[in-house]
Amino acid sequence: MSDKVISVHNLVKKFGSFVANDHLSFEVYRGEIFGFLGANGAGKTTTIRILSGLSKPTSGEVMVAGYDAHKEPEMIKKNIGYMCQKFSLYEDLTVKENIMLYGGIYGMKKQLIRDRTHSLLERLQFEEYGDRLIAALPLGLKQKLAFSVAVLHEPKIVFLDEPTGGVDPVTRRQFWEMIYETAARGITVFVTTHYMDEAEYCDRVSIMNEGKIQALDTPAALKQQYNARSIEEVFIRIARPAKQ
Amino acid sequence: MKRFLVFVKKEFLHIFRDVRTMIILFLIPGALILLFGFVVSNDLKNATVSFLDLSNDEMTQKLSDKICSSGFFQRGENLSSYQEIDPALRGNKIKAVIIFEKDFSRKLIGEGKATVNIITDGSEPNMATMATNYISAIIADFNSDLAGKGATATLLVQPEVRMFYNPSLKGQHMFVPGVITLIMILICALMTSITITREKEFGTMEALLVSPLKPVQIILGKIVPYFILSFVDVIIILLLSRYVFDLPVKGSIILLLAESMLYILMSLSLGILVSTVSKTMQQAIFISLVGMMLPTILLSGFIYPIENMPKIYGWISAILPPRYFIIIIKNVMIKGTGFLYVWKETLILLIFTIAAIGISMRKFNIRLQ
Repeated sequence: MSDKVISVHNLVKKFGSFVANDHLSFEVYRGEIFGFLGANGAGKTTTIRILSGLSKPTSGEVMVAGYDAHKEPEMIKKNIGYMCQKFSLYEDLTVKENIMLYGGIYGMKKQLIRDRTHSLLERLQFEEYGDRLIAALPLGLKQKLAFSVAVLHEPKIVFLDEPTGGVDPVTRRQFWEMIYETAARGITVFVTTHYMDEAEYCDRVSIMNEGKIQALDTPAALKQQYNARSIEEVFIRIARPAKQ
Repeated sequence: MKRFLVFVKKEFLHIFRDVRTMIILFLIPGALILLFGFVVSNDLKNATVSFLDLSNDEMTQKLSDKICSSGFFQRGENLSSYQEIDPALRGNKIKAVIIFEKDFSRKLIGEGKATVNIITDGSEPNMATMATNYISAIIADFNSDLAGKGATATLLVQPEVRMFYNPSLKGQHMFVPGVITLIMILICALMTSITITREKEFGTMEALLVSPLKPVQIILGKIVPYFILSFVDVIIILLLSRYVFDLPVKGSIILLLAESMLYILMSLSLGILVSTVSKTMQQAIFISLVGMMLPTILLSGFIYPIENMPKIYGWISAILPPRYFIIIIKNVMIKGTGFLYVWKETLILLIFTIAAIGISMRKFNIRLQ
């Protein structure tokens, strides 16, 4: 795992005098599941927006999928997938229409979209849902589908912003199985979550507080370093000083 | 380009699948036109008038026949004395009483002057004014007939500007332009602002923004379907007005359609502007309805003439784009004037459009930062 797909060096993002990201430096490798944790307001969203080409860094080096976030945000967009915490499929379109739409937006050929749609529905055992409206599906299915659509075009990196919010434990487990499969195919998974048990599933975890990355290592190493039994404990120790 | 078309197709799917959107797009325009045309019509149709003919000669017969055969009035019972007028009007059936003075023909031919008294029911002021105007107009017409025959006569003549371009005195002539103006604001501004804010609310906007689609493409993709469908609406309304109300476009149809396109574009850019300042659909609906629909109905000259408004409302009206479109469309549709007469209004609409697009682009970009 030596291929760097994200490399950030001294990233600073300011909104007026407010510093949302304060000299962040980290690297993420190909096929890695990278947990990006932090309390609400710690600056996670800002970082994800920069990494996904939505927002420009104030200063610092940011390379994503081999492209510079300052100069080539459009190229970055083509090479990443994204699934946000709210839900990103259209309720009034059918499953197949949603897949066609996102495939088309990412410039995929029609035949390729059809092939992938077929195998995707098969893999999820979704065949009979193909022509149903998204609105008629249970939330768990929707989330799994949204994830599959986000990686439909085989991006180098997929950003998942709290993907499992409001989902039952069984579906969450299945969702993480999908994440593992995706990572095994060589797609880097960059995930934010508030569920600390999920953080344990990640290859590496970073914990942000007040715009800075306070800790970054494998879950096991972090627990050892903070002498904690779980990532949750580590998280609370890091995040608590901010509350005072 | 292909990405863009995929996106536009999706917008059409949204529209065709949503019953409410389809109703607003295709049912409401037709319904409004028919409603204004038939129900809210200010026209007189077969209002009953009674005559108190104190002279009962050839001339008064002719005039009363002319009034009753105009299609606006029908003959009620004939009265024989002044005492009967009050009970007749109180009965509520009779809208006006017309009194011919004694020796009408003799006075008209001998002195060149005879008097017709029109008494209307003032408790219905609109009806009363209209009846008076219509009867006066018919009498004026009668006058000119007489004048043509060499007899001099100065009966009651009352100029009425409204009839100038509207000789058959049809109310639809006023409503069709107004309804087009209103419908376009409704569909374009309201609907686009709703569809964009809906994407924000459902989180799909995020997914679109991180996709390779450019913001401009997203906005254009939102505009194109509504542009096409609104244009279809304009055509439907014009066809309705031509074949249901017998109101053809007097001026150039091409000019009218081109002006409509500009107005649609302007309304769409207003819709986008609304969506950039509102976070939720409710906000967008509120701003569109209260900020645009109401002023369009009340202040654009659609229903109430701007000249009759207190000055301050006139000023407010000056910053409302629909006001200028109403002037354009009335000129082209009813008066049949060419571009030379409406270029100023066209230019103003163009400036509004550019300003709205400019501001929304800026806002959109700031949001992205």
